[in-house]
Amino acid sequence: MRAKNSIFQNIDWTIFWVFTALVLMGWINIYAATYSEEHQSIFDMSMSYGKQLIWIVTSYVLVWVVLMLDPRFFSRLAYPIYGVCMALLVGVLLFGTEIKGAKSWFTFGGFSFQPSELAKYGTALALTYYLSSLGKKFQGIIVRIKAFIILLIPAALILLQPDTGSVLVYASFIFVMYREGLSGNILLIGLGAAVLFVLALLLNYTTFNLPFDFEISGQTLMISVIGLICLMIHQLFKRVKGIKILIILVFGVISGYVYGVNYLFNDVLQEHQQSRINELLGIEHDPTGAGYNVHQSMIAIGSGGVFGKGFLQGTQTKFNFVPEQSTDFIFCTVGEEWGYFGSLVVIVLFLVLLFRIIIIAERQRSTFSRVYGYCVASIFFFHLAINVGMTIGLAPVIGIPLPFFSYGGSSLWAFTILLFTFVKMDSERMHILS
Amino acid sequence: MKPFEDRKFVILGIFLVIGLIFLGRLFFIQVVDDSYQLSANNQALRSITQYPVRGLIYDRKGQLLVYNEAAYDLMVVPSKVNDFDTAAFCNLLQITDSVFETKISKARKYSRYRPSVFQKQIPASDWALISERLYKFNGFYGEKRTLRKYPKATSAHILGYISEVGGSDIEKDNYYKSGDYIGKRGLEKEYESVLRGVRGKKVLMVDVHNRVKGSYRSGLYDTLPIAGKNLVSSIDRDLQAYGEKLMQGKRGSIVAIEPATGEILAMVSAPSYDPNLLVGRPRSKNYKVLQQNDSLNPLFNRTINAMYRPGSIFKIVQSLIALDEGVIKEETRFKCNRSIIGCHGSHTNDDLVGAIQHSCNPYFYQVYKRLIQRGEKSNIFKDANLGLNRWQERVKKFGFGVRLETDLPGLKKGLVPDPAFYNRWYGENRWAFSTIYSNSIGEGELQVVPIQMANLAATIANKGYYYQPHLVKSIGEDSVKRPEFTERVDTEVDSSFFNPVIEAMYKVVNETGGTARRARIDSIVVCGKTGTVQNDPWPDHSVFMAFAPMKNPKIAIAVYVEYSDFGGTWAAPISSLMIEQYLTGETTRPDKEKRITDAQFLDIYEGKK
Repeated sequence: MRAKNSIFQNIDWTIFWVFTALVLMGWINIYAATYSEEHQSIFDMSMSYGKQLIWIVTSYVLVWVVLMLDPRFFSRLAYPIYGVCMALLVGVLLFGTEIKGAKSWFTFGGFSFQPSELAKYGTALALTYYLSSLGKKFQGIIVRIKAFIILLIPAALILLQPDTGSVLVYASFIFVMYREGLSGNILLIGLGAAVLFVLALLLNYTTFNLPFDFEISGQTLMISVIGLICLMIHQLFKRVKGIKILIILVFGVISGYVYGVNYLFNDVLQEHQQSRINELLGIEHDPTGAGYNVHQSMIAIGSGGVFGKGFLQGTQTKFNFVPEQSTDFIFCTVGEEWGYFGSLVVIVLFLVLLFRIIIIAERQRSTFSRVYGYCVASIFFFHLAINVGMTIGLAPVIGIPLPFFSYGGSSLWAFTILLFTFVKMDSERMHILS
Repeated sequence: MKPFEDRKFVILGIFLVIGLIFLGRLFFIQVVDDSYQLSANNQALRSITQYPVRGLIYDRKGQLLVYNEAAYDLMVVPSKVNDFDTAAFCNLLQITDSVFETKISKARKYSRYRPSVFQKQIPASDWALISERLYKFNGFYGEKRTLRKYPKATSAHILGYISEVGGSDIEKDNYYKSGDYIGKRGLEKEYESVLRGVRGKKVLMVDVHNRVKGSYRSGLYDTLPIAGKNLVSSIDRDLQAYGEKLMQGKRGSIVAIEPATGEILAMVSAPSYDPNLLVGRPRSKNYKVLQQNDSLNPLFNRTINAMYRPGSIFKIVQSLIALDEGVIKEETRFKCNRSIIGCHGSHTNDDLVGAIQHSCNPYFYQVYKRLIQRGEKSNIFKDANLGLNRWQERVKKFGFGVRLETDLPGLKKGLVPDPAFYNRWYGENRWAFSTIYSNSIGEGELQVVPIQMANLAATIANKGYYYQPHLVKSIGEDSVKRPEFTERVDTEVDSSFFNPVIEAMYKVVNETGGTARRARIDSIVVCGKTGTVQNDPWPDHSVFMAFAPMKNPKIAIAVYVEYSDFGGTWAAPISSLMIEQYLTGETTRPDKEKRITDAQFLDIYEGKK
């Protein structure tokens, strides 16, 4: 049954074709974003689109390689791969080349390699392996801490480069853990924390004038209101045992968090990071300074209209108004040249991919394959949400690529391996039980 | 069911919600809100105006009256300006340090990356030197513009001038943009839409550093400029210049018309100015001088805007109307009774021809009396009302009291009093012939514009009709003439009645006892009529109208010299010289010419004022 020539037989063709569509669309948009009269050929190897073609071709080789592997390879070598990735992360800190202030790259001749892209893959495998080895229980504080440490190691190493964007990707594994039994409250607490974070920052700069010449800072007001709510809840549930302690605890945590946010924001974050967040929240508006990227990116996308300006007809991306137009801001070219129609196609394709991965993950008999599927979906979702979100002013400007679209060999390879490892597992789902 | 499997719905829900939020947001910025489109175009597209060449104006012989000359605007892009030798630069442009500082900071204020005009309209002659050295000064470059240029300093009032559009021009016609030029007076204004042509536009793409990256959509939105159409004026440039020379040192006007077509051959308003003064950089300074600081008001075009009493030349109109109304015949004689109205000369009992020849005031007093008091009503006031009404209708047929439809803007109508006019003045039924008899000899309340007097001369030459006097013979390559200029306007006076009048006008010039002997030319038969308009206590206005040759007239002319003397003394010889110049191409009477050019009538007015 497992003849060598049948490696393509059981693979999920939906995923394969969506992958192919995204990669080709990405290539065309990289061409359009960096097109110039002097280098008209899309095969011009001195230009990014020429190089991207190499990455695309080689990524199909990788697809083939991954599909050729024995499915047990992934679970057996999960930890070793994780270990190699961590070693590479340490190595890049020691021997890496500093580009734009971050030691994230190994360079060999004309090509460079970003280990943090591969580290997501290694981490996903390791976490999957760990979670699937637990049987049915993802419970107990020790277990959670161990899972957390698997994520913490690469995140900490990447933070040292520093590459904040890639660090934040590790937050996406919360979806995986949620699916495997982490309390749903963790998502709510996360949401609550995000709301409090925004509120704290919004109120950071505000003072309120009260009657009789009293001034009150936004933060103090917020804490007071939370305190009042706590008192009201206390009055309502007086009879419940231990409620007093619980409420005091909650109040303490919230207050601490609010002040913590302000401390983090004012004293830990760098000035440009503060500005980006302030721009996003509308506290600052400076289209020539911190808000320049987003302002230009929105002009490019917004000027696309319904059907776009047409292939190679974009002006905002091609003429460098939009920064990083072939990497982090590649979605601008889609929006500008293909309009709402193009944006819709890309986002729908990504949603199809995400839904397909989840649906397939749920049909796996092996926990390993299922957990891994969720890892893949979570990573793609996080990249999509942050990357597209930042280009349309809904997320802070964090430099992470749009999977399969953004220019760059490391990320394309890493995403390809990440995705087709899952496709491989799925194609063998009848044979893998553990 | 596997544990926690339902949680996939939560996760899929989150994916879906984020996807929908993105699609909603994208819908808003891409489809609903079009401000991004605008910002994109503002940033990445530059619309370069391609200025059309303004149409040229030729005279009737094909000589240029106005053409275009290249001038250069010195442009600056502040961001490209490096450190340079400011002193040498200022020296080159002949400006001071402080002027330089103001200009450069103004440009910086406008935009560091976009070009702005540093110095306007540098003449081509200066530009040669500047452009040679400009390579030393990064960020500066020249942009070609055109300026109006006049090969002969003549015809200023006719041609008018162009100037930069103001806010009201832009409001009236959205074709214009700040910095454009528009015809403000004369033919430049009247034929603005023809002369200006159509602006072209080139849309270029620029990158974030304002570098041009090529044509937008391969020039899909580009348009080529269409050059303005050339005009051929009816003016004879040599005759015009000669007229201006004769009128130097005087106030007044000359209008000469070709009777057969209504084409204006010359139109001189004195004092005049050099049209080159109102071009280029010195324009605003010179305009101020001409407009405010010159009591002679040289910008005022007397030929169409000044209103005068016509004086004795009006007796011709009275004669023609009286003959056609049948109140007199050619043979009708009246005593020269100088107790009613003053007269001059030795005649006593002239017939019509004699009365015109001698300009007999009592004769026309009687003629006008017959025209006004027709005896059709017993009440003399009502009778006068009736008579005046019929008279003014007929006078207006001659182009008086109505606006001639010429192609110069701002033409005055003049005034032919009607019953309503006197009713307002004196009250109804409180005036009769005895109140208004001054009109009989072209004094009183009559007001005419010089072009109307020349038009009268043309009407007589044509024996009863005229064409609207006009200045442009043909427009553009198709040689189009405005249709209204080819329509004959009839005075409704029988052409036979013109014969005695023309005979008399012949005698005025050519027979002893005529008032315009000075208008005589040996080789050409001139017919004319003098007028002397009283201005107590100042000197009289000297008036003369004429046409020539008597048979098949080629030129009709009216000359008005303010505050000079009798009509025969100044206006008649000026007419004579003009006629000779036009018909023979030269003048053979240098003495006469010298007498005219030497005459100065400006001080008299100044002194008496």
